Amino acid sequence: MSISLLLHALEQGLVFGIMVLGVFITYKILDFPDLTVEGSFPLGAGVAAKVIFSGGDPLWGTVLAIIAGSFAGLITGLLHTKLKLTNLLSGILTMTLLYSLNLRIMGRPNIPLLGKITLLGEIKKYFPDLSMDYLIPFFFLFLVVILKFTLDYFMSTEIGLTIIATGDNEQMIKSLGVNTDITKIIGLCISNALVGLSGALFAQYSGFADVNMGLGTVVSGLACVIIGISIIKSPTIFWRTIAVIVGSLIYRFLMIIALRYGYSFGFKPGDLKMISVLLVIIALSVPLIKHKLNFVERFNLGRKELQNNNGKEV
Amino acid sequence: MLIIKNLTKYFAKNTPHETLALDDFKLRIKKGDFVTIIGSNGAGKSTLLNLIAGTLQQNNGEIKLSGEIISNQPEYQRARWIGRVFQNPLLGTAPYMTVEENLSLSIKRENRGLRLGTNRNLRKYFQEKLSELNLGLEDNITKKVGLLSGGQRQAMTMLMATMFKPKVLLLDEHTAALDPESSKKILKLTRDLVKERHNDLITLMVTHNMKQALDVGNRTVMMDRGHNIFDVQGEEREKITVDDLIKQFSLVGNRKDKYVEDRMVLI
Repeated sequence: MSISLLLHALEQGLVFGIMVLGVFITYKILDFPDLTVEGSFPLGAGVAAKVIFSGGDPLWGTVLAIIAGSFAGLITGLLHTKLKLTNLLSGILTMTLLYSLNLRIMGRPNIPLLGKITLLGEIKKYFPDLSMDYLIPFFFLFLVVILKFTLDYFMSTEIGLTIIATGDNEQMIKSLGVNTDITKIIGLCISNALVGLSGALFAQYSGFADVNMGLGTVVSGLACVIIGISIIKSPTIFWRTIAVIVGSLIYRFLMIIALRYGYSFGFKPGDLKMISVLLVIIALSVPLIKHKLNFVERFNLGRKELQNNNGKEV
Repeated sequence: MLIIKNLTKYFAKNTPHETLALDDFKLRIKKGDFVTIIGSNGAGKSTLLNLIAGTLQQNNGEIKLSGEIISNQPEYQRARWIGRVFQNPLLGTAPYMTVEENLSLSIKRENRGLRLGTNRNLRKYFQEKLSELNLGLEDNITKKVGLLSGGQRQAMTMLMATMFKPKVLLLDEHTAALDPESSKKILKLTRDLVKERHNDLITLMVTHNMKQALDVGNRTVMMDRGHNIFDVQGEEREKITVDDLIKQFSLVGNRKDKYVEDRMVLI
């Protein structure tokens, strides 16, 4: 295991960690399985890439990507709250809509950014002595930490608490004077803004944007959230946001290992999505399996006790 | 003053299952009144409370509170003036949030912004209020509400429904799902909290228990099939017994089944 491989996992874990924070807001806080991210991730990437490719300011491209992402969340939110579509269907509709919209924005399915000045290049100007290998992880870490603390603060404000309560007990928070349509829309907008930002940064980091790069975002996001939360168990927002970022780092690390050493086990790059689905299934079923095992144990214990008492097989 | 005018509510209107839950219902309640509402299943008691709170929308009629028509406002707007406690103790609090977060959600019901939900002053105020409940919750304000018992959660809901100085308090069989001991405690708490504001709070309490209906409050309304069939207060109410209520109940003209549900007379 080389240092460069570790750095690679760190960079990817952090840049996707922003997306995972977004998935965490909808999936865990709002209790809303939001499939929009599958469309808002490439949307953020496409918007930023288009701006940069056309010679625009990469900072503006990134900001526009954030706005585009929150707009995607707004569409899903309106479909769900105003037209009363189910949460899954609202997400699927927006995601499909965004595919076409993104193709129009980008004008072609793939925009290469090699040789263009990206946000990372702009930052390099301020730190001419620092090598790109260290600048990138530091910048991403800095960004993730800032976003994490901003999110923590927001979730403890008056509005933030109403968003948490919407996912926890909707009937109650309505009777306490909250319009839950609005809280859901705010949550979806923030979530998808983060996903859009993540997409924009990933495009600039990897040097291209592709309309199909959102494929599997939901599953990988869920995998990160579930892995993180099952490793760091804490009820507070402070630790939960740390947990999902750690989950993202672990997930990317596992994926890079699978890519690097998977050949010796007969895996192909195309198998990655299947592996992440298996990861999600395993992580989600662990509590149930534990429970079942406990049950079998208790059953066997009970049998033994009976045997001891009666002196014969039951 | 809470004025309920010609309130009518159908469920599943224009279908074979159409039921009339409230039929041209009228009621005027003045400030400071504590009204207990009794009636058998399907009498429209809960529907009445849901219409006042805005969880349901009426088909006809209107509700006025202090001169303002509130029956066209959505539920979240009316919540500025209305405190509610449900029958199910799990409904009134958010289990994955802490005690202080729950209280802070209930104390400010409009113009919520980006200020922190709790601060030192609020925390102190919450602890004061919680210590009045005598449940030891004041030392556990960072505990998740889901870890509390049903009785504790109902007591918290009572506090949340009264702490913000509402104009109307709606109690929907709020002691029915608790064990006898907790139920007694919650009823005492109800009396204490209402007594504190006896001159300006309007309280409506739905109950199935006739004895409770006469013991608590200063006015009793009996409902049947969406109508207000018996309304008693003041001296007249002092003299009334559970037997009188049962008699009254059987007297209702259009009833085919002249019996009273067991649980209404069980004490």
